[in-house]
Amino acid sequence: MNEGSGDHCPLANDDQEVVKMAHGGGGRAMAQLLDSLFRPAFDNPWLERQHDGAVLDMAGAIAFTTDSYVVRPLFFPGSDIGAMAVHGTVNDIAMCGAEPQYLSAGFILEEGLPLAILRRVVGSMAAAARETGVRIVTGDLKVVERGKADGLYINTAGVGRVVAPHPIEPGQVKPGDRLLLSGDIGRHGIAVMAAREKLDLESAIESDCASIAPPVLALLNEGIAIRCLRDLTRGGLASALVEVAETAGLAAQIREADIPVREDVSAVCELLGLDPLHVANEGRFMAVVAPEDVDRAIDILRRHSVSEATVDIGLFLEGNAGLVTAQSLIGGSRVVDRLSGEQLPRIC
Amino acid sequence: MKYRDEYRTPEAARAYADAIARITTRPWTLMEVCGGQTNAIMRFGIDQLLPQEISLIHGPGCPVCVTPIDYIDKALEIAGTPGVILCTFGDMLRVPGTHSDLAAARARGADVRVVYSPIEALAVARQHPGHDVVFFAVGFETTAPANAMAVYQAEREGLENFSVLVSQVLVPPAIRNLLERPGNRIQGFLAAGHVCAITGYEEYEPIARRHRVPIVVTGFEPLDILEGVYLCVRQLERGESSVENQYSRAVRRPGNKPAQQVMQAVFEVVPRQWRGMGEIPESGLGLSPAYRAFDAETRFGAVTGQDEGRGECSSGAVLRGEIRPDQCPAFGTRCTPEHPLGVTMVSEEGACAAYYRYRRQSGGPSHE
Repeated sequence: MNEGSGDHCPLANDDQEVVKMAHGGGGRAMAQLLDSLFRPAFDNPWLERQHDGAVLDMAGAIAFTTDSYVVRPLFFPGSDIGAMAVHGTVNDIAMCGAEPQYLSAGFILEEGLPLAILRRVVGSMAAAARETGVRIVTGDLKVVERGKADGLYINTAGVGRVVAPHPIEPGQVKPGDRLLLSGDIGRHGIAVMAAREKLDLESAIESDCASIAPPVLALLNEGIAIRCLRDLTRGGLASALVEVAETAGLAAQIREADIPVREDVSAVCELLGLDPLHVANEGRFMAVVAPEDVDRAIDILRRHSVSEATVDIGLFLEGNAGLVTAQSLIGGSRVVDRLSGEQLPRIC
Repeated sequence: MKYRDEYRTPEAARAYADAIARITTRPWTLMEVCGGQTNAIMRFGIDQLLPQEISLIHGPGCPVCVTPIDYIDKALEIAGTPGVILCTFGDMLRVPGTHSDLAAARARGADVRVVYSPIEALAVARQHPGHDVVFFAVGFETTAPANAMAVYQAEREGLENFSVLVSQVLVPPAIRNLLERPGNRIQGFLAAGHVCAITGYEEYEPIARRHRVPIVVTGFEPLDILEGVYLCVRQLERGESSVENQYSRAVRRPGNKPAQQVMQAVFEVVPRQWRGMGEIPESGLGLSPAYRAFDAETRFGAVTGQDEGRGECSSGAVLRGEIRPDQCPAFGTRCTPEHPLGVTMVSEEGACAAYYRYRRQSGGPSHE
């Protein structure tokens, strides 16, 4: 096929078609790709205007965040890079106590990527955006030579309207504040690792990738005094907790027996020598709340499917800044630290 | 989870700890040989449950830690050879060689791949007939059968582009070596359950008799370790010194015969250099003459030089059980997992890493 010749639609038979350098060239091939794939999928008035950017009407405090998604493989049990790119950014906005509203999406595509795969990813992004009520209103597309990327990378940025009446950040955490965990941990990291390394697991471990904005907004709407929120992505619960404790200038104590880990996730962690506290999640968060609000907060969170297994796992207290200790299952205690380097499987 | 959760119940742990306290009349020093046990002790705070009289010291049971630096350097040299794909277990990636590590070599463009088993490395060799695929075969008796099986399979398939860089070590000679060192203070051993699952424990019986030390084959769950300590202390208090098997759900006295057979067919016992312990006779495995064509040292040149004594790192003394990790002056200051001076701070199973990860700052007792 003559790239970008314009004599037929490059998506006419996208089972066989692949991304070509011309798709990123700013010419006709790119215009056709945008018109036939991205605009219909993300379908909203801002994209229809085909302007260089989106003009948004927002008043008051705005939460603004960005993240890049480079996961391999692109599809894994329970989710894919597209849904992750939407949920990840939506969740970061929610963690600021804000209602996610608008996203941008930047794509870096590798020459040779089948268009059918791109279509699946974009479809998944569009579905995730619809489900969470955000609009993808501006974007960018680049194509790099074959071998320069793992198929595709996505960057999303997002803005949302802050609804929290006071700042939600580590600096607000006080001694005695309690730590709630929105459900079981470790599923996303193990699902991706199992798919990447082709571990033939007997049970299907699916990523927990999901939007956590609804339960957070419910907490805010019902007037819970949220001190801090953190989604538990790379580095897992341990890294998030240490980071919050450090910034708050406090120590924290957690009870390992109260932290839910699914049996199959736990088994794979044992096998590979990984600590579930360090494994990544994409639909879990921790909420630090005032002690008097704990019961009500748990009750509200448990009404939402994404946080129906919320548990109270510990508290913050005066002590060495950033020192997190865990009461072990058998009653000993240990330090919980950030993950060092990358997670690597062990020998034996 | 069956076979796991029942070995982690707090009530049973407390009961064992009480039982140990009841029978302990004086100080005893025990060594847990395996790095996995060291990790479990730190992770679950098992030592905090023991009476003050019991000192646990950590042994040379981390396969990554005892691999001499010369092997890391050799692996780096091989990985840097054009046309080579070096396959390794994940925990070898960050172990420092003299000037670099495999993770840095990979970042600079070497084809270094993390595999979960040597059989995967074999698959890489099949997929890339134009490349020399080298598997870095590190470990104790636990990894030896699978590594032997990969070589055996490669020979059967006539896979000429596959070889192994062998740094396989054996536990019983290391235990003997520790007991024969001047100033040895180890009074009893918790032997590594996984190793004994392969080898059985007959070989430990003459050691227990000759050196008058109890040796208890012990598993890795908290209750396994507590029961291992209990059995060991009970022998010491009674003046006994035999081999007992705490880990009977996985270990039989003769061990796993088919695994031993494939090891014996492919490997032969050789002297090996251990990091921190020097050369120990008959303490390692090398490829037997029939399989030497698959030896990376035959293809890429032998590992040369002597190990040790470089720089500020005290990992040798840690591996010999002479000092506790936090007794090293560099621990937690000039030596951290991000900037390790030595391998015991790098490896997941390393004693220094376990102390850093689980015990730093907590101020809990560590019984030494």
